[in-house]
Amino acid sequence: MTGNGAIELIAVSKHYDNTIAVKSINLKIPAGAYCCLIGPSGCGKTTTLRMIAGHEVISEGDLLIGDRNVTELPPVKRGTAMMFQNYALFPHMTCLENVGFGLKMQGIAPAERMERARDMLARVQMESFADRKPAQLSGGQQQRIALARALITRPSVLLLDEPLSALDPFLRARMRDELRRLQQELGITFVHVTHAQDEALALSDMVVVMEDGVIRQQGSPEEIFNRPRSRFIANFMGGQNIFKGVVGHSDAQSIMVTRGPDSFILPAHAGTQTGSEIEFTIRTDLIGLADAVPPGSENAAIPVEITTVEYLGLSVRIVATTTDGKDITLMKTESEFRQAPVRRKEKFIAYWKPEHAHVLA
Amino acid sequence: MAATESKRSSYFMITPMALVFTVFLVVPLLTIIVVSFWDYDEYRILPDFIFENYRYLLGSPVTWKIYLNTFKYAALTWLFTLLIGFTVAYFLAFHIRSLTWQIVLFMVCTIPFWTSNIIRMISWIPFLGRNGLLNQALMGMGLTDAPLEFLLFSDFAVILADVHLYTLFMVVPIFNSMMRIDRALIEAARDAGAGAWNTLRHVVIPLSKPGIAIGSIFVITVVMGDFITVRLMSGGQSASVGLQISNEIGLLQYPAAAASAVVLLLTVLLIVAALLRLVDIRKEL
Repeated sequence: MTGNGAIELIAVSKHYDNTIAVKSINLKIPAGAYCCLIGPSGCGKTTTLRMIAGHEVISEGDLLIGDRNVTELPPVKRGTAMMFQNYALFPHMTCLENVGFGLKMQGIAPAERMERARDMLARVQMESFADRKPAQLSGGQQQRIALARALITRPSVLLLDEPLSALDPFLRARMRDELRRLQQELGITFVHVTHAQDEALALSDMVVVMEDGVIRQQGSPEEIFNRPRSRFIANFMGGQNIFKGVVGHSDAQSIMVTRGPDSFILPAHAGTQTGSEIEFTIRTDLIGLADAVPPGSENAAIPVEITTVEYLGLSVRIVATTTDGKDITLMKTESEFRQAPVRRKEKFIAYWKPEHAHVLA
Repeated sequence: MAATESKRSSYFMITPMALVFTVFLVVPLLTIIVVSFWDYDEYRILPDFIFENYRYLLGSPVTWKIYLNTFKYAALTWLFTLLIGFTVAYFLAFHIRSLTWQIVLFMVCTIPFWTSNIIRMISWIPFLGRNGLLNQALMGMGLTDAPLEFLLFSDFAVILADVHLYTLFMVVPIFNSMMRIDRALIEAARDAGAGAWNTLRHVVIPLSKPGIAIGSIFVITVVMGDFITVRLMSGGQSASVGLQISNEIGLLQYPAAAASAVVLLLTVLLIVAALLRLVDIRKEL
C-alpha cells in the first residue's frame, strides 16, 4: 500500500445539518513531511484529519493522496492509517492481536502475520508485552501499541489525532521525540492534530493554523512563530507582545507609527495607509531593559514599570506596565537576569531593535 | 471495641437482605428438597426418607424423552431469540444515531409487555388455527389447497410463542453491551481494513458476549421451566419438564413433583454454570 504520501486538499468543505465545520480549505502537504494541524477546539482541525482518514465524508471538494483522487475511497484504499485520540485498542485482543489486526484483514496467513506483528512491536519496544491485554498497559504503552497497529499495514500517510494529550508532561516530551524519530526513519507523511503550540513547533516541518473552519496561516514553525499573520495567531502561538498604533508616515524602508505619546519605527509593510491603525509584534525575548534609550533603538522604546518578576528556573519572566497601563512580557534567560537583575516597581525603558518588530497583516 | 461496633453494624445492614433471601428462597427451596424424599399414596403425603421418587424419575424413559423435548424447545428458542435479539439490538445501537430515537424504538419493543403473557399467547390461536387468519390468507392467495396443520398445536407453535415472548430478554442485555462499545473501535477496525462483516465478527460480537450470555441465561432458564406455553400452544400434544411437574401437582403427587423440580433446578444451574465459564459477565454488572 506504500505510495507517494503527498496530500492535497482542494476546496474541501464539511457541513453538518446547519453548521459548517470546515469551509473550503486548500492545503498541500508534501510527501514525507511532518505536518501539524493546530487551533483552538472547534476550529475544524480534527474534522479535517478525519476527512483525510476517510472517517468523515467530504461534503464538497477533492482529496488527493499521492496524486490519486481518494475522495470517495475507504481508509484502507487511501493508504492512510489513523491513530485515535484514546488509542481505540481492541480490549478483547492481546497486544499482538491488536497489532496484527490489519494484516488479518488483508488475509495474511497467521505465521507471517505474527512475525510481522512481533517485528512491529519490537520497533516500538513493546515485544515483551505481546500477550498482554490493553487494559494491563499504561497510557504510554497503549500509545506505542496503537502506533504499531497503525503502522503495520505500511501506510504512506499516518494520521494522529491529539496523540499526546492523554499523557503526563514528562512522557509527552519523550513520546514527541519518538514520534519524530519514527517519522524520519519511515519517511512517510505524518499529519498530527494538536492544540499545544509547543508540540507543533517541536515536531513539524509544516504548521497549519486553523480557526473557525478555515486555515489562517501555514508555513514552517519558524515562520509561524516569528511572522504570525494575525493577532489571533500571535496570541495562539505565544511568545509575542502585540502593540497597536496609527500609521503616521510610510515609505519603502519603514513605517512610522504613533501610539499615544510614543512613536515607533517599523519595517516596511505592503499596503499600509497613512492614518490607518495597524498592529505589530515584538518577541518577548527580544526586548531589553535600560535606564536610557540605547543608540539604535530610537523610536523603538517605551518607558515601563516592572510589575511582576517570575523565576522559572531556566528563564525569568518579567511583566512591565507602560504609563498607559499596557502589560509587556519579557523573557530573560536566568544568566541574563543575574547580570542585570530587576525588581518590582523599578522604572526602565523597554527597547528593541526596529528590525525585530513584525507588522501583522 | 470500635471493631466489634462496626462488625455489629455490618451484620445489621445485611439483615433485611438476608431475611428476604431466607424467607423467599432458602426456606421454600429446603422445603422442596425435604419433600422430594417423602413418600406418597393416592390421598396423602407421608414424611419419610426414601429415594424412590428419584429412582422412579431417573429410571423412567418418559423423563428422558421429556427432558430431550424441553432441551429442544430451549435450544431452538435460544437460537431464534439470539438471532432476532442480536439483530434488533445491533440496529438500535449502531444504526439509530440519535438517542431520542433509540429511546423511542426501545419503548416500542416493550409495548407487547403491556399485556400479559397468556393473552399474548392466546392471541396466536385465532391467527394460526386451522381456520385461522394465516391459513385463510394462504388459501385465499392460492398458495395452499388445504389448511396447514403444523401451524397450531405443534412444536412450531410452542417455539413461535416462546420466541415472541422472550426475544426482548435477549434484546435488552445485548443492547446494553453494545452501547458500551467505544465507537472509535468500530472506526479503528474500518481503518485497519475490516469490512462490515469482519467488524461484526472480530469486534462487535466478542464485545457483546457478556450481553449475549446474560440474555441466554434469561431465555434458557425461563424456557426450561415453562409449562403454560407448552400446554396452550401444543394443545396437550407435547410435554416439557415444567408441564410434567404441573401435572404431578395436579395429581397431588407433591413428593414426585418436588423431586422433578430438584432435578430441573440442578440441570438449569449446570447450564448457567457452563455459560458463566464461557463468558465473563462480571464487568457487565
